[in-house]
Amino acid sequence: MSDHTAETTHHPISTYLWIWALLFVLSAFSYMVDYFNFQSYTRWTLILIFMFLKAGFIVAIFMHMKWERLALITAILVPPVALLVLIGLMSLEADYTWLTRTIFFIEPTAPVGHH
Amino acid sequence: MAESSADVTGWNQITHDWSADKQTFEVPWGKAMMWIFLLSDTFIFSCFLTSYMTVRMSTVEAWPIPSEVFALTIAGAHIPLLLIAIMTFILISSSGTMAMAVNYGYRGDIKKVVWLMLATAAFGASFVGMQVFEWSKLIEEGVRPWGNPMGAAQFGSCFFMITGFHGLHVSAGVIYLLIVAKRVNSGFYMERYGNLEMVEIAGLYWHFVDLVWVFIFAFFYLW
Repeated sequence: MSDHTAETTHHPISTYLWIWALLFVLSAFSYMVDYFNFQSYTRWTLILIFMFLKAGFIVAIFMHMKWERLALITAILVPPVALLVLIGLMSLEADYTWLTRTIFFIEPTAPVGHH
Repeated sequence: MAESSADVTGWNQITHDWSADKQTFEVPWGKAMMWIFLLSDTFIFSCFLTSYMTVRMSTVEAWPIPSEVFALTIAGAHIPLLLIAIMTFILISSSGTMAMAVNYGYRGDIKKVVWLMLATAAFGASFVGMQVFEWSKLIEEGVRPWGNPMGAAQFGSCFFMITGFHGLHVSAGVIYLLIVAKRVNSGFYMERYGNLEMVEIAGLYWHFVDLVWVFIFAFFYLW
């Protein structure tokens, strides 16, 4: 275990200062998305790019995941993929709820049954 | 064993680690358990964020615009999301000082570890303080878990649940960091374990709190 420990723990402090600065810059960028009022797909794409970059650097460098063995990396990072299924199912469900609400709650006096 | 675990790489390493007659994760048990706890916490926060997505997508009322709800007026200037931006930078800074504390822990520089951990805890406490300010501002404006004057009623329940649960994690983290810092300072860990791995484990928790904020910032405040 000692070889592993040596590999994962002896980085110069400057590594962390660089990542710290990088996270500052990325946060500033994501704040700019709101400040300059980007909308729709441009906004969502930029938000997601900066979010995943920040999350990636925090997990890989600050949490030392980059230097862990593959057994631990996969045990921790693969299970959250299941969340994509949850997100997919819930967005289908939300769309359906929105549709029924729009039909039955918003325009109760609108003509129905003509299509 | 014909080969030592250090020689095997890639997917062969996974097979090697999982099928050999030995412990699977070659890390201290505390670290493996902290990672597994964080994995479970990932699922809790993901459930909150997914339910937020569901109610925001399904509501037929307009969702309050976070950029305006969380704007601050300072010296006559109307600045969107100012407090949230400051909170974000503070939490990132606390992660920076924590990462350095872990690094000095492995160099055995106890004095620096203690000071950097205290700085981290101070950043965390100021983050919670700002969150208290934000909550009281919104409560004053009439935001409640069951409704608000700006639009869709679900906004309040999502806001209080998600930021509240995160704030609870930060508060618990501050206490956790102070306890670990005290034990580093008193020599408790060096005496008992001969190393400062507990600092790295506390660091994992703290970075995770920062990580969750990255997702809350993106999905709740910016989206």
